[in-house]
Amino acid sequence: MFDVNKIRSDFPILSRQVNGQPLIYFDNAATSQTPNQVIDVITDYYKRLNSNIHRGVHKLSQEATEAYEGARKTIKEHFNAAHAHEIILTAGTTESINLVASGYTSLMKTGDELIISALEHHSNIVPWQMLCERTGAQLRVIPMTQLGTLDMDVFESLLSDKTRLVFVNHVSNALGTVNPIEEIITKAHAVGAEVLIDGAQACPHIKPDLLDLDVDYYVTSAHKICGPTGVGMLYGKENLLNKLPPYQGGGEMIATVTFEKTTYTGLPHKFEAGTPNISGGIAFGAALDYMNSIGYGAIASYEAELLDYATTVLKELPGLKIYGEAPEKTAVISFNVKGIHPYDIGSILDQMGIAVRTGHHCAQPIMDYFEIPGTIRASFSFYNTKEEIDRLIEGLRKAMAMLQ
Amino acid sequence: METIAERQQEVIEEFSLFDDWMQRYEHMIDLGKSLPLISEEHKTEDNIIKGCQSKVWVYASLEADQLVFTADSDAIITKGIIAILIRVFSNQPPKAILDADTDFIDKIGLKEHLSPTRANGLVSMIKQIKMYAVAYQTQLN
Repeated sequence: MFDVNKIRSDFPILSRQVNGQPLIYFDNAATSQTPNQVIDVITDYYKRLNSNIHRGVHKLSQEATEAYEGARKTIKEHFNAAHAHEIILTAGTTESINLVASGYTSLMKTGDELIISALEHHSNIVPWQMLCERTGAQLRVIPMTQLGTLDMDVFESLLSDKTRLVFVNHVSNALGTVNPIEEIITKAHAVGAEVLIDGAQACPHIKPDLLDLDVDYYVTSAHKICGPTGVGMLYGKENLLNKLPPYQGGGEMIATVTFEKTTYTGLPHKFEAGTPNISGGIAFGAALDYMNSIGYGAIASYEAELLDYATTVLKELPGLKIYGEAPEKTAVISFNVKGIHPYDIGSILDQMGIAVRTGHHCAQPIMDYFEIPGTIRASFSFYNTKEEIDRLIEGLRKAMAMLQ
Repeated sequence: METIAERQQEVIEEFSLFDDWMQRYEHMIDLGKSLPLISEEHKTEDNIIKGCQSKVWVYASLEADQLVFTADSDAIITKGIIAILIRVFSNQPPKAILDADTDFIDKIGLKEHLSPTRANGLVSMIKQIKMYAVAYQTQLN
């Protein structure tokens, strides 16, 4: 039984005050809050397990290694990957993308093309532009529509035997659009291209089945899914990861080292040089356990209710325009009020203890498309309530009165 | 002529009259309306201050050995902030602007109410004003 008040009591931060008012946290798409169940795991690690993993013969190291590798297994099961060693633990989505983009440098052939979508976050644009600069590959862009969806007809016309890689986000961070990744993966595979899906914004709301999707690479961050910052995942198919050269050199990722020649160890350690974020990795597993204890079905239906309610009441405000009205979207609303800069509204809302994001959301091409400097983005989580949305509306009315 | 320190004191006293954030912000919005606006010809990419979420343009010219600032922003609150800065620093010799400290920002309760991203915008604005002062001071020497 989904009980929002019980869930809220898991999140200590939700009872703090901001500027003398109870915090209303609507910036979940930037980072989610952390429940006690995850905080306790981090604390417990430093109180009981702290040691370096994979190399100590002593008890602490063995227990920490078990906990860390146990988390990798939890992640593997959550996402339904074929093997735990296909789950590379990274610093987060950005590092995961950079790892793949860097690896493709030596794998690209002359004339190769890359396809990207117009809905991407800068972290899924810039690493590929850098790859193009290094290799001379061409970047093709799937355009977006007024609704904030991808123009799939153009996508099909961009595909050819030159297409090497397609990378698209599962869910747009700025607009909340859920992209048709199944179709993208199938069509890209039909021309022999590989596909990377950026799941940073999807995983708090959707539980992707990687084997079923048949996706080549899937990346995400723990901190959007009630986990800690600084840890994330790169999933890659075993055969592809085996072909991909190592990203960083160092300890942990080697088999043998001499000054003449070093050989690398196998997956996943080949991509995990140095001491990893051990407590973060363990807590990533705990965060997924927490999400599953609530259940993605319950989360999705509750969040859809919040989204519907917020969309309806926001639209009643005069001069308010919502950007991104895809038929399938997560609980994210990007909007502006006519004649008022998003920054001004964000500043006033902050005074009332309401946290929203304002600006271009690291997705400048989307803002350019709508010809706006930015938006106000309210992004909801399963621990938010309709009462909080009412307070947002009240805050917006006050801000509009002050600013108009 | 009032010194920069005297003008800062004036602003501090003015803001001390308010006892809640709403009055403070409303006053800032009013101040924004009195901002000496930058002329269209100077509203160029070069005169945009980097590091602000909203667009801020600042321009300075030297008139009778004093720096005169004009500015604009597409956000009202930012306009209020830059208006306060200009009220304090405009029509002053470059040397005086260079020597001035900017503690008054803390004292009018602005900094504590501005998040780091926004405070960076404020820091960039002050930096730009000081940069103009450096440039014109060199010209005067």
